[in-house]
Amino acid sequence: MEGSTALADGPSGRQVIESAVVRFAGDSGDGMQLTGSQFTLSTALAGNDLATFPDFPAEIRAPVGTTFGVSAFQINFGARVIKTAGDALDVLVAMNPAALKANLVDVKPHGLLILDSGAFNERNLAKAGYAGDPRGDGSLKDYRVIEVDMSQRTQDALKDSGLTKKEALRCKNMWALGLIYWMFGRPRETTVDWLAGKFAKRPDIAAANIAALNAGHAFGETAELGEQAAAFSVPPAEIAPGVYRNITGAEALSWGLVAGAAGAALKLVFCSYPITPASSVLHTLAALKDHGVVTFQAEDEIAAVCAAIGASYAGGIGVTSSSGPGVALKMEAVGLAISAELPLVVVNAQRAGPSTGMPTKTEQSDLYQSVFGRNGDSPLVVLAARSPADCFDVAIEAVRIATKYMTPVILLSDGYIANAAEPWRLPDAESLPQFPARFETNPEGFQPFNRDPDTLARVWAVPGTPGLEHRIGGIEKASDSGDISYDPANHQTMTDLRRNKVLGVARDVPPQGFEAGGPGDDLVVIGWGSTYGPISRAVDTLRAEGLAVAHLHLRHIWPLPLNLGDLLAGFGRILVPEMNGGQLVTVLRSEYLVPAESLSKVTGKPFKIDEIEAAVRARLESQP
Amino acid sequence: MSVPTAAVKTAKDAAVKTAKDYASDQEVRWCPGCGDYAILKAVQKTLAELQADTAKTVFISGIGCAARFPYYMATYGFHTIHGRAPAFATGVKLTNPALDVWVVSGDGDALSIGGNHLLHVLRRNVDLQILLFNNEIYGLTKGQYSPTSRVGTRSPSTPGGSVDTPVCAGSFALGAGARFFARSVDTQQKHLPEVLKRARAHRGTALVEIFQNCIVYNDGAFDSFTQRSVAADREILLEHGKPMIFGKEGNKGLRLAKGRLALEAVTLGEEGVSEADILVHDETDRALAGLLAGLQPAGLQPAGLQPPTMPVALGVLYCDPAPSYEGRVVEEVARARQTHPATLAELLHKGHTWTVA
Repeated sequence: MEGSTALADGPSGRQVIESAVVRFAGDSGDGMQLTGSQFTLSTALAGNDLATFPDFPAEIRAPVGTTFGVSAFQINFGARVIKTAGDALDVLVAMNPAALKANLVDVKPHGLLILDSGAFNERNLAKAGYAGDPRGDGSLKDYRVIEVDMSQRTQDALKDSGLTKKEALRCKNMWALGLIYWMFGRPRETTVDWLAGKFAKRPDIAAANIAALNAGHAFGETAELGEQAAAFSVPPAEIAPGVYRNITGAEALSWGLVAGAAGAALKLVFCSYPITPASSVLHTLAALKDHGVVTFQAEDEIAAVCAAIGASYAGGIGVTSSSGPGVALKMEAVGLAISAELPLVVVNAQRAGPSTGMPTKTEQSDLYQSVFGRNGDSPLVVLAARSPADCFDVAIEAVRIATKYMTPVILLSDGYIANAAEPWRLPDAESLPQFPARFETNPEGFQPFNRDPDTLARVWAVPGTPGLEHRIGGIEKASDSGDISYDPANHQTMTDLRRNKVLGVARDVPPQGFEAGGPGDDLVVIGWGSTYGPISRAVDTLRAEGLAVAHLHLRHIWPLPLNLGDLLAGFGRILVPEMNGGQLVTVLRSEYLVPAESLSKVTGKPFKIDEIEAAVRARLESQP
Repeated sequence: MSVPTAAVKTAKDAAVKTAKDYASDQEVRWCPGCGDYAILKAVQKTLAELQADTAKTVFISGIGCAARFPYYMATYGFHTIHGRAPAFATGVKLTNPALDVWVVSGDGDALSIGGNHLLHVLRRNVDLQILLFNNEIYGLTKGQYSPTSRVGTRSPSTPGGSVDTPVCAGSFALGAGARFFARSVDTQQKHLPEVLKRARAHRGTALVEIFQNCIVYNDGAFDSFTQRSVAADREILLEHGKPMIFGKEGNKGLRLAKGRLALEAVTLGEEGVSEADILVHDETDRALAGLLAGLQPAGLQPAGLQPPTMPVALGVLYCDPAPSYEGRVVEEVARARQTHPATLAELLHKGHTWTVA
């Protein structure tokens, strides 16, 4: 589109473009999430690579027509590898004035605005906080605007459907989808099938939605939209062969926990308390009882983590999930799991803080909390997922480390990763990692804190095993017998053991590599978590221009990879973009005494590719 | 790997166990004369009488003097964090319902910092025995008043006497939806094991409040009804299906007061009262249990009132079993597995997928 490379004239006169970013925005009740997910599916089936991000209001039922009630769904798709949901919009579909007002800021200059003119009445303009009509006051002059009375056209298309006006108007999202399908040459079949299935019990509603979809599509074909809205073609991307599906971070994480528990041959006991944006993991797992998953909605965050620890104590794999404030409540219990040396996985879908902060907005500001946020010297393992699909692998890794090392593992995700979706090439279920947990059963010489000399993990002796009856707890225990001990030298020994056990995990993970570039480059960008998309796209672009920039992305936040210090030692400039005030950067500086520099962003929104590119350029242009 | 639940009988297990076989090798470190010793003895005696399997028995505690209890038992034990023992126990039962799980707690642990967890474990009805050692004081932290301390309790944190109303464990439990509530006294070594046996036989959460004397910070807190000289007149030992009769002479009883929803103590043979007027204890009657739980130890009445004429109710106040929480959860999972034993491959491929050639 505007600013994108026009590759060639495509089929039937369509302009071929490499990629596009489209956002559907409307009122909470306008069905924008459904519209977006249908467009995503047909785009994936058309062979494009893509990434999506839903942006729903914090309010459950915000007043109709207000800007804080606007719900949006963004998709970036293309003929090349897509790494983020997109910096700026090529197309904004705005179903009312509030949707326009809330989203216009993200539209590229000369971007395309598709407005439902039927919703631009005085009442809605006032609710959106417009003093005048933006369509007439010149404020949209930098954009290409298509106004269609979607409300009226939907009603016209459904006048014989027998539906009430209100029911008919609910179909206008499908009308809009039909128009966008035409614009990008997408087939309608999958959506038609989906509607028929979803409304199987209300064939009249299914038929009306399909009619609206077809009417929107026909409008595109027949209307003289002129040059401002040519039809486009986005050719398929070069995608590795395989079976794909679209997956959100919350789903991938849940399934990874199931696969991890299967790999460890343990019962998955998932204990949680509802909190935004982590609840979707609880919802996903609660529906997987046919996989033997036990879920427990506890009375609070503390009970959730305690029940998870109880589950591990009894020989399952206990997992709890939350977001920052909830994780804060869990930390005393996490300390007990560290002291009693029991496996535990704590999932933190981070959100903007401190305190309640902005629950629906993303941030990655719980790194300090994860690595350091407990009383006493209380080391544990911290992992971070970089993308929705990556959550699957990281969840398996979390279960593997927790059970092999008898330690809590904190798995950091965030609000962006949890809700965003991307296509995922399905792994072969048969070849997923297997790491069966080993329970102690031999009473001969048994002590509860006998250790594997290699991993330093203590034995796992679960209640029910004859001859291994023993007592554990949070009081310091003698390193040999496990009995309560206040002996000074013993506390030193146990503190060292706990520390060395966790540090030893670094020997059991692959060496850190570069995503792009390597030693000898002028600058390395180090990221962790969901900044992966914008950093890797920015570095790719800069490298394509010939700039010597490397990218290194951490999954293992603690302990850090063994070779990381050596990798960093070769760089004079190290830039650490984080959606926090500068947390990983502090850890890197203190661990390696390197001149790492922070690039901080805490707006509740992911980094834009541009922002990272600009920060790198600025540093390369200045002398070190 | 499955959780081992079937204990293999060894030669030692085959022998009859005595109370001593339930004691660990750890030196017991409560204050000399603490009521906890007597409770420990009663629990060990109970398990011996039941010939409980030490390998399948788990004691879980929070923090406080009582919370040291698991260390002294030759079973599995987990000394956890303050107030949260019911939550740990819930996780244990959800993972391995075959384990016999006992929670040991105190009045601060269960009713102050852990009040929320007690509320929810009771309403869920997880199959556990919860022993609430109520000494009406914080012992381990050196004598502050507790949520069960009577109004006016002088302590380091309430030098002028406490002003807040204490919580009644029985009323709390019934309000939370408990299906079993019983009471006993640390020193009543005949009564306590019988109550404990009833608790263990109950499927679901069985809450047992044990009046426990803290010899250092709250000595004699329950003397007004537990002392040998007055006990017969100030305690009523409940038995299901039997008239609620008490007193040294066995001539006092409880009946419903006329025109009020309250119990009153009457004397047989006085003012025409006969045994037919006395209420028969029905432990499945929640309303009656509520009235009995409300008969408070003497000192709970505001200062200056007459000495009590109402006895403190001991024994099983309420027992009306319902399906246990973990039983229903595990059953639901088992049913789902049976109907549709899903595989990982199925999970990954369910819903819309597409193939890139």
